[in-house]
Amino acid sequence: MATVEMTFTPLPAHVRTARLVATAVARRSGVPEALLDEVRLAVGEACSRAVEVHQEHCPAEPVRVALTGAGERFEVVVTNTATGDDGMEWPPRPAPGADGQDPAALPAELGLAVIAGLADDVQVSRNGDGLSIRMSWPASSPAR
Amino acid sequence: MDLKLEHHTTDGIEVVDVEGEIDVYTAPRLRELLIDLVNGGHYQLVVNMEKVEFLDSTGLGVLVGGLKRVRAHDGSLDLVCTQERILKIFRITGLTKVFGIHDSVDEAIAARKSEK
Repeated sequence: MATVEMTFTPLPAHVRTARLVATAVARRSGVPEALLDEVRLAVGEACSRAVEVHQEHCPAEPVRVALTGAGERFEVVVTNTATGDDGMEWPPRPAPGADGQDPAALPAELGLAVIAGLADDVQVSRNGDGLSIRMSWPASSPAR
Repeated sequence: MDLKLEHHTTDGIEVVDVEGEIDVYTAPRLRELLIDLVNGGHYQLVVNMEKVEFLDSTGLGVLVGGLKRVRAHDGSLDLVCTQERILKIFRITGLTKVFGIHDSVDEAIAARKSEK
């Protein structure tokens, strides 16, 4: 069972709420302070992406976020149920500017590049109709 | 914390002070401001991010979009940022090589002036 589960209507305004909740549960789960910014940003990116695909394919369906801090890892799973989500390239290609100066060469999914650079451990899987992004960070004191 | 945007002209360069969180919800407001400035003939921009508390890839996309717009007019868009947690996002995405990133507004303006 997840420590905290939430669903939210796919609107950009709610992504901030998801970030705040995820950061609070991560802190309570014993994720080191130094990593909380990474949790906040990676969860925000995953939720932003889910909101985007939901708005395009299924605006009436909620985005789901499960936060689990019951072990040595704090785990976040962001799931979208958008049937039209054809998936993504994972791991994402190296970020653009990395090799050149051309800002036009940004990857289509810059958010995924950010997640790849931040989360300690990331898995992307098909989950029913949609996709799940599972991320985890080290934690020390299991939340109850 | 919502997003607060202010701008003023210093030495012919338009300085945009950004405060708060730039994310998927608030980034469109920054995008609109940058577009308005460019449409108003301001092609030398400095975006001061010292009071930005959060920046995500949507915000990065807006800054890159602004850079493309000013470059189309031979202009520039420089950033002011010394916060490690914000700089990290630019590094992860390789954008430190795309933007001029300075420690202060004065330094950004001086660097731009010296290039002219």
